[in-house]
Amino acid sequence: MSLLQVKDLCAWYGPTQALFNVNFELAEGGITTILGANGAGKTTTLRGVCQTVKTSGEMIFDGKSTSGLSTDKIVRMGVAHVPDGRGTFTGLTVDENLRLGAYTRKDKTAVSEDIEKVYDRFPRLRERFSQQAGTLSGGEQQMLAISRALMLRPKLLLLDEPSFGLAPLIVQEIFEIMKSINQTDGVSMLLVEQNASLALNLADHAYLLETGKVVLAGPAEDIRADETIRRTYLGY
Amino acid sequence: MDGFLLQVFSGLATGSIYAAVGLALVMIYQSTHHINFAQGEMATFATFICWWLIDSGMSYWLAFFLTVGVAFVGGLVIQRVFIRPVERKPVLINVIVFVGLLVIFNAMSGWIFEHTLKAFESPFPVRSAVLPEYISGHQLGSLGVTLAVLLVIYLFFRFTPIGLAMRGAAQNPDSASLVGIRVTWMLALGWGLASAIGAVAGIMMAPIMFLDPNMMGGILLYGFAAALLGGIDNPWGAVAGGFIVGVLENLLGAYVIGSDLKLTVALVLIVGTLTLKPNGLFGQKVVTRV
Repeated sequence: MSLLQVKDLCAWYGPTQALFNVNFELAEGGITTILGANGAGKTTTLRGVCQTVKTSGEMIFDGKSTSGLSTDKIVRMGVAHVPDGRGTFTGLTVDENLRLGAYTRKDKTAVSEDIEKVYDRFPRLRERFSQQAGTLSGGEQQMLAISRALMLRPKLLLLDEPSFGLAPLIVQEIFEIMKSINQTDGVSMLLVEQNASLALNLADHAYLLETGKVVLAGPAEDIRADETIRRTYLGY
Repeated sequence: MDGFLLQVFSGLATGSIYAAVGLALVMIYQSTHHINFAQGEMATFATFICWWLIDSGMSYWLAFFLTVGVAFVGGLVIQRVFIRPVERKPVLINVIVFVGLLVIFNAMSGWIFEHTLKAFESPFPVRSAVLPEYISGHQLGSLGVTLAVLLVIYLFFRFTPIGLAMRGAAQNPDSASLVGIRVTWMLALGWGLASAIGAVAGIMMAPIMFLDPNMMGGILLYGFAAALLGGIDNPWGAVAGGFIVGVLENLLGAYVIGSDLKLTVALVLIVGTLTLKPNGLFGQKVVTRV
């Protein structure tokens, strides 16, 4: 059964249409990636799922329709979003960022345990727990952003370019972490990524967007093997 | 020396009221990035409600808390009805809405409660229990009340989940909605709190000033000077600014410029801060690494 079904998703920025009848499905426990050039509509697709842009079409998450729901209601259903630019609360401390991530949860003790787990996973965040999040390095901020999203205990994690602006080694580390989150915590992921080869290695399914339309879809291996994809997006 | 200390203490007492007004301004500034010009008139209107409740026989403290509650709900409603529709509109439209609210509340105060000056009783004894030679009973009492309000507000923002959510919503509304915060309600709550704080300031000011529809006009200027001096994006800076402005105004009034020119102090501080140190004394420089 699929966790998220998106049917005929269209999205607009003012009068400009950015997505045209995008259809995709996301398997429970899986990692799906959306590939595409700049301006293809990858970020907009994630925003559409969270309803932070004006959309039309039908979306079913976890068996329930999310069409017409406000962002905070969709979040409460278990959709966490690490937006482009990471969405860190830069003026709040690391600890406060994590606590805000768990804002919708009522189980106080479990929240504290989860914060401990984050600090175990990222000792550097523990060192900086009382520091303004804006003072962290790019990699640390990305770790904080993913951790903040996980504090929701989401069923689905939307990730917008987690590799953006990071050194290759840090990117490797972040992708390792994402893999382990998917495997140990069973969180499904929808990943938008410029770095197609990294994304295809991590994901099990992939969709290719061009100017707001899905032009190719399938298992990640098939997409990786596709001649055009290889030339255009993997560059060999 | 006694005269000097007297001026300092009475400066601290009025300064606490400026601090409260400054804090209210900063709270709304943080979520809307505009100065609420109507803050003073809203407070005056609330003070009139309190006066009317006491006048119709209610006990002082019951009227006080009831008024603060009414002001809170009023602030919330104003945000939902008047401010929310123009939230993402250009600055000028927002300014006009604020000025409109100012005129409406000023007119309503005069229309409902008339323009005659009204004496407002202080709930505190005339003679202060501590340092009676330097500070009056009402000054000490209003200092205590405003400090208590500031403490409650501090604890609320520092230690409660809603307080944290409000800070998050003011700072980064988009991210806040992505962690499940209902941002528009948080902003409305901020307006409610600011309005309630303003009401406390108005009620504490009334026994010193006499109550009339323009009572808070000057106070708003002092509050604005306090907020700017402390740093318009820093609530605790605004509080510190309030005390500094209060003491400075009193000392300059007593020893340098005379009491007629006191309000000029506020204006000079506003212009001075904006030209010399736009971030204010304690303005946060938000540090970001690229």
